Amino acid sequence: MNPLPDHVDIAIVGAGVVGTALAAVLSRSELSVLVLERADDVCEGTSKANTAVLHTGFDCVPGSLESQLVTRGYGLLGEYAEHARIAVERTGALLVAWDAEQLGQLEAIAEKAAKNGIHDTRIVGLEELRAREPHLGPEALGALEVPGESIIDPWSPVLAFALEAVANGAVISLTTEVLSAAATDDGHLLTTSKGTVRCSWLLNAAGLDADLLNVDCGHDEFHVTPRRGELIVYDKSARSLVSSIILPVPTATTKGVLVSPTVFGNVLLGPTADDLEDRRATGTTGDGLTRLQLAGSRLVPELEDHEVTATYAGLRAATEHRDYQLHAHPEERYVCIGGIRSTGLTASLAIAEYVADLLVDAGLETAGTRGPAQPPLMPPLGQAQRRASEDPEAIAENPAFGALVCHCEGVSKGEIENALQGELGARSSGGLRRRTRAMNGRCQGFYCSAVVLEMLSHASGLSLAELTGSGRP
Amino acid sequence: MNAVDVDVLIVGAGPTGLSAATELRRRGIDRVLVVEREAEAGGIPRHSDHQGFGIRDLHRSLSGPAYARRLTETALRAGVDLRCGTTATLNEAGGIRLTSAAGLEDVATRATLLATGARERPRPARLIPGDRPAGILTTGQLQTWVAAGVPIGRRAVVLGAEHVSYSAVLSLRHAGVTTVAMVTDQSAGQSVRGATSAFRLALHVPLRTRTSIVGLEGRGRLESVILRDLDTGAEERLAADVLITSGDWIPDADLARRLGLGLDPSTRGPRADLGGGTELPGLYAAGNLVHPVETADRCALNGRRAAQHIAASLGQPTDSEYLVLHVTAPLSWAWPNLISAHTLPDRLVLRTDERIRRGRVIARQDERVVGSARLHGGVPNQHSWVDGTLLANAAPGVAVTLELG
Repeated sequence: MNPLPDHVDIAIVGAGVVGTALAAVLSRSELSVLVLERADDVCEGTSKANTAVLHTGFDCVPGSLESQLVTRGYGLLGEYAEHARIAVERTGALLVAWDAEQLGQLEAIAEKAAKNGIHDTRIVGLEELRAREPHLGPEALGALEVPGESIIDPWSPVLAFALEAVANGAVISLTTEVLSAAATDDGHLLTTSKGTVRCSWLLNAAGLDADLLNVDCGHDEFHVTPRRGELIVYDKSARSLVSSIILPVPTATTKGVLVSPTVFGNVLLGPTADDLEDRRATGTTGDGLTRLQLAGSRLVPELEDHEVTATYAGLRAATEHRDYQLHAHPEERYVCIGGIRSTGLTASLAIAEYVADLLVDAGLETAGTRGPAQPPLMPPLGQAQRRASEDPEAIAENPAFGALVCHCEGVSKGEIENALQGELGARSSGGLRRRTRAMNGRCQGFYCSAVVLEMLSHASGLSLAELTGSGRP
Repeated sequence: MNAVDVDVLIVGAGPTGLSAATELRRRGIDRVLVVEREAEAGGIPRHSDHQGFGIRDLHRSLSGPAYARRLTETALRAGVDLRCGTTATLNEAGGIRLTSAAGLEDVATRATLLATGARERPRPARLIPGDRPAGILTTGQLQTWVAAGVPIGRRAVVLGAEHVSYSAVLSLRHAGVTTVAMVTDQSAGQSVRGATSAFRLALHVPLRTRTSIVGLEGRGRLESVILRDLDTGAEERLAADVLITSGDWIPDADLARRLGLGLDPSTRGPRADLGGGTELPGLYAAGNLVHPVETADRCALNGRRAAQHIAASLGQPTDSEYLVLHVTAPLSWAWPNLISAHTLPDRLVLRTDERIRRGRVIARQDERVVGSARLHGGVPNQHSWVDGTLLANAAPGVAVTLELG
């Protein structure tokens, strides 16, 4: 791993979806950019566990910064994904009313959507709802259709942003924990687990720990209270049960439990919403999974006939405020991008452009002189996309694309080899799962994990004991 | 698109597929192609490095790897075309397409036998809550890891107390791992008493009956397993860096489902008759795909029987009127779950959810009792059966439900 540079124009703390989007956008200028990430991969924090929805922003608080950035980010990310070959399916959403009170709220939600600039919503009657979603539970009464809501591969954007940034000369330093940040005459001196680095501007995209770094920088606009969301992923056999995203009518505290197809061909049920103090509590709970199954049995009763492929929990970086906590301190050359909740994936590129504009306003004119986006070409991972193993020409060129290793997800040896290459190649089993889908299927590695681990060990230089954490001291 | 033309295509080169292929060749079927997605043939026994394989089909006791080699060599000697590293998927027309390093090939065949086997339910499918650390494996994973030299850990908890769970204990010992507890929600273990060295070894492992796992703890690596006594509700934290989720098998039925076969909710596999016939003409299914799970030798015999039926019926019109079999709890499944007039079984194979000491199984059509027979076995996860005569008076074409009398 390269040592840290002595000085950079921009230091970004955190390589989640916000940090990497900032790096991608700012690296399109002449500025030198460094991303510092504590984990051994990008997308290892709160960005790795969300509901994988590309939000229109129809239900944001009108006039909020979140509303502005989600509606803008929706278009930006959709376009970026198209050029980067990242899987997006334009499924649309149906916000379903399950009782008379909820049915009465649909009009108001449509009006709120209009205030957020989403004018194509439409009330769907029971007959049409049944025809479109015949597997919904019997209590469904009607719905509001939000045609723009879409599903997206949630991991590839982070990787694509990171790849674009690195191609533009940015440095992403993994396993690098920021220990302290001290203000200097011309910026900040950061002390990290890999040494010190000076930066002119410090951008805080530290996700769940953004408030802690914020305090370190002398500010305390918000406190992060992690909100745990547990999710269940059902087998691909359940995919035909829903054709669009089935949203609940939101309450004051949460958007509620949704049922959604995924671009990988599964069905997602979740999330729960439980406020916690522990910032690392990403475990599932018996209670949470039971509540989800109960919710699922009302939404789509047939779900319980299908096998569960995966369960996981993510922590949303919720704060005491309802809006994003985006605070610029130009005199200190510091910007905090905190409180970015589940809409952060959609908003990521808009957040990055917004911050770049803030930097220009603060006198860093270089941040405004940016080349065009150059999305890297990502391997097609979506169920609706043509995988390398389905392309006879690709196999003829590289027979490893015809040698399937992960049978559940149809991942070839060639795709795994590619994902292990390069500066941002996978160095962990989780990283390889996100880049290729290998071991992410219904058998969770019953068949392929030994072979995949050997490939990972060979490419990364890490021993099998290190990769599995099973080494004897 | 390249194409390959065969008489019978068999998907899966485990004991079922290999035995069926050998039998087809012996019965004079010319072009028999077996495709196996793994790099080598033999199926699950390849990695089960202990004795006890081959008793019913080869009339001797072999180790898993030796058994796998024997079945493979016999099939090759019989003239079977065996292709490993070859995955069967679907083409645009809904037929079978083969994917391998050699490219893509569509298959033209007179009959297809699905023998894709079963796998163990992994931790997420069992909804075991907690952290997601490393160190949680199925038995199959454990055994491929041991074979590949992947370090396993030090202290293991084994979830399950069926045959394969004891096999897991043995593999753990080979890998230098101490099994600190076996855990089952049943009131007793479910392996054959004293039959295997694995069982004798496991006698030294504390067996926690009527116990479930309600939590897993560990960042990065598993540190502890939380057990709950199902009768008292008492919870206990057990230090362990390995959890083996053994058994709890499920058919690998994805290809069957995508080919259009409905799945039986009790077996979770396609419905099949005694000769492997399914609800779709020309499409057969046998072995652990049709009911999870039997021992490898029983699968081999089942594959052989399917082959006899396929060889006899190639080019013949297939039965169109089937009787479908359902079960109610505490029966967990019964097979054959598809019965035609020509394939009335001598015995129905069963599994039960709980231990049943002396029971009769009753067959009903609608409300009418059409027969009953004594239940043999009655230990969960073990081979149980009833005499096929309980269906002798069943009307053709009407679904039969089996229940405990």
